[in-house]
Amino acid sequence: MSMATTEDGTAGRIADQAARGTTPAIARRIRGLSDKAIAWLFIAPTILLLLAINIFPLIWTIYLSFTNYQANRPNRPITHVGTKWYQDILSSPDVWAAMQATAHFVFWTILLQTLIGFGLAYLIDRKFRGHAFWTTIILIPMMLSPAVVGNFWKFLYQPQMGLFNYIVSFFTGIEPSSFEMLGSVSLSPWSIIIVDTWMWTPYVMLICLAGLRSIPDYIYEAAEVDRASPLRQFWSITLPMALPFIMLAVLFRGIENFKMFDMVNLLTGGGPGSTTEVASITLKREAFEKWRTGYSSAFAIILFVAVFGLANIYVKALNRVKQR
Amino acid sequence: MKTMLKTAAAFGLAAFIAVAGQSKAEASELTLCWAAWDPANALVELSKDFEKQSGITMKFEFVPWPNFADRMLNEMNSGGKLCDLLIGDSQWIGGAAENGNYVKLNDFFDKEGIKMSDFAPATVYAYSTWPKGTPNYWALPAMGDANGWFYRKDWFAKSELQAEFKSKYNRDLGVPKTWDELKQVAEFFQGREIDGKKVYGAAIFTERASEGITMGATSALYSFGFKYETEPGSYRMEGAVNSPDAVKGLEFYKSLYKCCTPPGYTDSYMGEGLDAFKSGQVAMMMNWFAFMPGMYKDEKVGGEHVGFFVNPAQKVAASTLGGQGISVVANTDNMDGALAYIKWFAQTDVQKKWWSLGGYSCLNAVLNDPSFKDSQPFAAQFLDAMAGVQDFWQEPAYASLLQAMQKRLHDYVVADQGTAQEALDKLIVDWTEVFKEEGKINN
Repeated sequence: MSMATTEDGTAGRIADQAARGTTPAIARRIRGLSDKAIAWLFIAPTILLLLAINIFPLIWTIYLSFTNYQANRPNRPITHVGTKWYQDILSSPDVWAAMQATAHFVFWTILLQTLIGFGLAYLIDRKFRGHAFWTTIILIPMMLSPAVVGNFWKFLYQPQMGLFNYIVSFFTGIEPSSFEMLGSVSLSPWSIIIVDTWMWTPYVMLICLAGLRSIPDYIYEAAEVDRASPLRQFWSITLPMALPFIMLAVLFRGIENFKMFDMVNLLTGGGPGSTTEVASITLKREAFEKWRTGYSSAFAIILFVAVFGLANIYVKALNRVKQR
Repeated sequence: MKTMLKTAAAFGLAAFIAVAGQSKAEASELTLCWAAWDPANALVELSKDFEKQSGITMKFEFVPWPNFADRMLNEMNSGGKLCDLLIGDSQWIGGAAENGNYVKLNDFFDKEGIKMSDFAPATVYAYSTWPKGTPNYWALPAMGDANGWFYRKDWFAKSELQAEFKSKYNRDLGVPKTWDELKQVAEFFQGREIDGKKVYGAAIFTERASEGITMGATSALYSFGFKYETEPGSYRMEGAVNSPDAVKGLEFYKSLYKCCTPPGYTDSYMGEGLDAFKSGQVAMMMNWFAFMPGMYKDEKVGGEHVGFFVNPAQKVAASTLGGQGISVVANTDNMDGALAYIKWFAQTDVQKKWWSLGGYSCLNAVLNDPSFKDSQPFAAQFLDAMAGVQDFWQEPAYASLLQAMQKRLHDYVVADQGTAQEALDKLIVDWTEVFKEEGKINN
């Protein structure tokens, strides 16, 4: 009660000072405005900024997606092509191959990162001796720049002198230069999955750890009174209560990896051939190597709708889990 | 109030001086844009003479090759004023001419008495004209170049290797004249131990992102008889792009990649090739003539250690064209200075010095000089190469055409997808689509 009074008093003083600082002319003008008008006055700059940097480019991209515009040939007359690019993209085997490569990458990275991330969080949550130190060590990869990680792993994967090949050779006896992680059709998709998992598992671990620490101890104490086994406690308490957090981590990583570009571009550039050409690499090639601006605008819109739609469905599922 | 007025006046004067000073600086300055590589350093040295004569300060913007096209095309298309002069790739000329990015130089050449007949015909055709072969000039041939070969002369000269090679192939171990011979030599060296180190046959171009694998594979394809069209200018590609000779050429390039390149050589272009050669990993390296002067001067593998040869023939003698012309950027603020540089650069004495510093002159007076062939260990090979150069499409839509070829070739050669016939058939489909969009082929 006294606190509220103090807060009211402070706020009142600040308001009085502000009122005294306002020139009479402005004060008169503001006094003539409704609350709604004043609210609009305050949010208008933000809305204008959003319109300029988010909404206008989106509308412009939608417009371009129906034209043959090429950014490298500004003098070429722009003609309207209708839905040609949308039809071409949705019926192109190359685009579907890129979507397949993206799906493969997203599925395996999320699966591995969730399993390993949750496992690590579960271990760290035990609060063993030195757990703070190990938490810091585990978090290091996600603090590095993707450009650094990409170049660093490119050296590790080098078949003639890379550490990765030597470690594999040490455990399996295979000649180190006999296999190429980045140059082989069968291994290159896994090479980028390994790097992404190495880098982003700590992120999933952090979210899962927050989930595990939010479970009140008294629930476990009650379960122990009921003589529930540790396995039973895990399946009936830990997993269901941490599930919304796990799902949130999956959502964040899913969206991020669906539009993954930097690391794949640095490691394989989409190769060998088009083996690791995920959707964002295809989009970059169409937009900035072939300069097919209209076509790439249509592709960007399709990707945006796909991510937006899937994320919405997922968020609804997440809300349902939370309400349970 | 008076103080405020005085302060405003002082700021105004300072701003005027700054702007006026900048304009003056711009008028006495020229920025030349090019790729960051050995010849660019030679041009910096050469341009010092221009600075002395003209009083104009030269500035340079050199961009690494993998980003060169993106950077420069973005610059021009966005109406940037970074470059007054641009030494741009031959394939850009169609787009740059159509988009009004380059200044047409015909009137200037006529006024200054610069004749295109004074330059090697292949370079004028490739680096200067648009539409191709017409007397419409958008650049002065500046840097002749073609894809050639470097080899370890010291390894080839080893008597024990000579003897072993002779007993195996019944001929001397020497510069290969055909692609078949080149592959034999590459196989001979592949995995061999020389001076206690494992070495490999050849470094060839396999890069996916920009133009690498196209430039490499076409070196074989042209020699095997690949053509872009059945008749020049017809855009009829069926039977030319996917002819039996073209298929054989592509199959050959893949077999060379599979048998004789170092491990992990799946995405390599000029830089990776130079690294492999300089570190003593490979017996032969495909690369541009532009790198030969620098390699010859290299302390470890230059001089007597290195030799050079022209791209081998198979069915015909042919080399993939590199090189560039120098153009005046239409957006320049210093048109007079830029044209003065072109006029200066076209002089015979300047062209002779250009060659002596490590640039490749395209001027007949330099190339036809009797002493030219012996002036450098790669001079005669350069003349041979330039006599048979072939270039990629120089259409305004070259970027789409190039990327389509990059994809089809890399898919087949490196990623083992499909056959050579399928790769070239798909390439025709891709290119047909591009030319339809361009209105060059009827729908």
